[in-house]
Amino acid sequence: MGPLYQIFIDPFVQMGTAPDLFVQTLWEGMVGGMLYALIALGFVLIFKASGVFNFAQGIMVVFAALTLVGLYNIGVPAFLALGLTIAVMFGLAFAVERVVLRPLVNQPDIILFMATFGLTYFLIGAGEFVFGGDPKVMITEQLYLPKGAVTYKILGGIISVQKLDVAAAVIASVMVAGLAVFFSKTRIGRALRAVADSHAAALSVGISLEQIWVIVWFAAGLVALVTGIFWGARSDVSFALDVIALKALPVLILGGLTSIPGAIVGGLIIGIGEKMWEFYWGPLIGGGTDAWFAYVIALVFLLFKPQGLFGEKIIERV
Amino acid sequence: MLYREAGQFKTNYASDHAVFPILQDRIGIFVILFIAFVVIPRTGNDFILNAVMIPFLIFALASIGLNLLTGYTGQLSLGTGAFMGVGAYACYKLTTIFPDVNIIIWIIVSGFFSAATGVVFGLPAVRIKGFYLAIATLAAQFFLEWCFTRIPWIYNYNVSAAIEVPQRELLGIIITGPRATAETRYYIVLALVVAMTWMASNIVHGRIGRTWMAVRDMDIAAELMGIRLLPTKLLAFAVSSFYCGVSGAMMVFLWYGGAESTVFNINQSFTILFMIIIGGLGSLLGSFLGAALIYILPIILRFVPPQFGLPVHAATVEHITFMVVGALIVLFLIAEPAGLARLWQIAKQKLRVWPFPY
Repeated sequence: MGPLYQIFIDPFVQMGTAPDLFVQTLWEGMVGGMLYALIALGFVLIFKASGVFNFAQGIMVVFAALTLVGLYNIGVPAFLALGLTIAVMFGLAFAVERVVLRPLVNQPDIILFMATFGLTYFLIGAGEFVFGGDPKVMITEQLYLPKGAVTYKILGGIISVQKLDVAAAVIASVMVAGLAVFFSKTRIGRALRAVADSHAAALSVGISLEQIWVIVWFAAGLVALVTGIFWGARSDVSFALDVIALKALPVLILGGLTSIPGAIVGGLIIGIGEKMWEFYWGPLIGGGTDAWFAYVIALVFLLFKPQGLFGEKIIERV
Repeated sequence: MLYREAGQFKTNYASDHAVFPILQDRIGIFVILFIAFVVIPRTGNDFILNAVMIPFLIFALASIGLNLLTGYTGQLSLGTGAFMGVGAYACYKLTTIFPDVNIIIWIIVSGFFSAATGVVFGLPAVRIKGFYLAIATLAAQFFLEWCFTRIPWIYNYNVSAAIEVPQRELLGIIITGPRATAETRYYIVLALVVAMTWMASNIVHGRIGRTWMAVRDMDIAAELMGIRLLPTKLLAFAVSSFYCGVSGAMMVFLWYGGAESTVFNINQSFTILFMIIIGGLGSLLGSFLGAALIYILPIILRFVPPQFGLPVHAATVEHITFMVVGALIVLFLIAEPAGLARLWQIAKQKLRVWPFPY
């Protein structure tokens, strides 16, 4: 068998002969992609409203999860811990607006981008300092999340689906739908969209930018918390997850920086693509390829379609 | 009163364009070089040389590399760690294939491999900039890191997947490997860093540096003035990666003595980036100041509190370092975006007129 056969034909033969494995990989990819999409969603929320490319979104996911588990571990009841974590995320949003965004308003984008690096490191340090750096187990049972797997016998094989993943998919969909309603129907949602369209115009009709920023950072924090719960349930909660959190960046490039549907579609494409690539093509070149697949896809997109699938075309004026 | 330039007249263009136009600065740089070349090796013990000075100089060189790209040309890169890795692994391959060639030559040559890699991954800079480019360089970071672990040829099929520095000599003195003394290695690192800093200073003060800064300040205007963007940006990527590659090779050969791919991970890239943000974007002096602050901060945190009877955990030190560094980044971006280098400028200005306010 020549290398060309191995690259171009064999993977598809495998897909055809073992459709159960194919479906299983597809599902795994979808679940992974959904989590990427959720992180990317947090990015998009903040980017649209404040023009800040929030590098710390991935770390906020881990920080939220760590706070939740850490509070539970020191004896706070699960749901009270959840409430307290939400309060912490609000405090974070408030502090970020006060300490980082307000003094840096009107600075070049790249300065704000770098400020979020600082925020990232601060959150890593603070999270580990308060709750310890050792990996922790997410409290799934205490939050009444389902456990275990369901197996289906279809396509001549067995496909196993984690109940938790299904719950994650449902809750994520509800959350996205909720956000969509919030954005289109409520007064604050309209204000948010106004700010996203034009800061100056929004200011001139009496919308408080500071308030809006706190609200979007809080919303992004809530999205981060939900993501963190499901992510933490799939693997332990620790800042070792930050490398995976960075995967949301290529997702954004793919979907476009300003588009919520783009974040979701991009997340699913990256998630499914990387699982498929790793499963069918990865072994040919040594495995572990999911570390860079997403970035290379993003690189290709950047070369040919820098605004992404759904993003607004960047028009530069002198 | 000490820092007076009264009576120092510039009588020709050369002295007007000098890097150190003031006599006191020229004396200062000689004093610093004297301390670095004579006083520190004479008085410092192995700990000072091995754990403070050598890493500081290596990080400073890497910071200069990134500063040429990010500070002078305005292209944000998150792939510094990987480019350093390319230098280290290239040097390792070269010295195992051609063991008779002097290792210092290979350390410098490995920079060219890194430069070539930098040019390839810098190509997207033609079309994109800002954080889009940062994400493109993340591709370099993760892809190259993957290469370091998954392509056995790169680490000579070692079972541990790590590279071990072989012993190499220069004029009968052992300069790399476990038996090389800290003093020898310090001298080599220092000589290379001084030479390359001098080169970088010439580059940024000359035509190339001016084109870089023009591109950084406004690329469209630079293009209209006749600067070709593609060669300029790619040259910046090449030179920057060259510096990073050399510092990566030095890091493994003259400091660690061996390395795994994790040394060159994304955190290394961030560390270097933080050094130049805190030190000062677009300043060679800033690269040194930033490297000193970021590298020496954890050492201080580790060794100073025990002096006062406060025992701290190694892990706690790490966490506090993260917090302090993160807070410093934000603080510097808000209060002094030009970093420590700018603070030094202000201090100099104050010294000039002291004791008068202006």
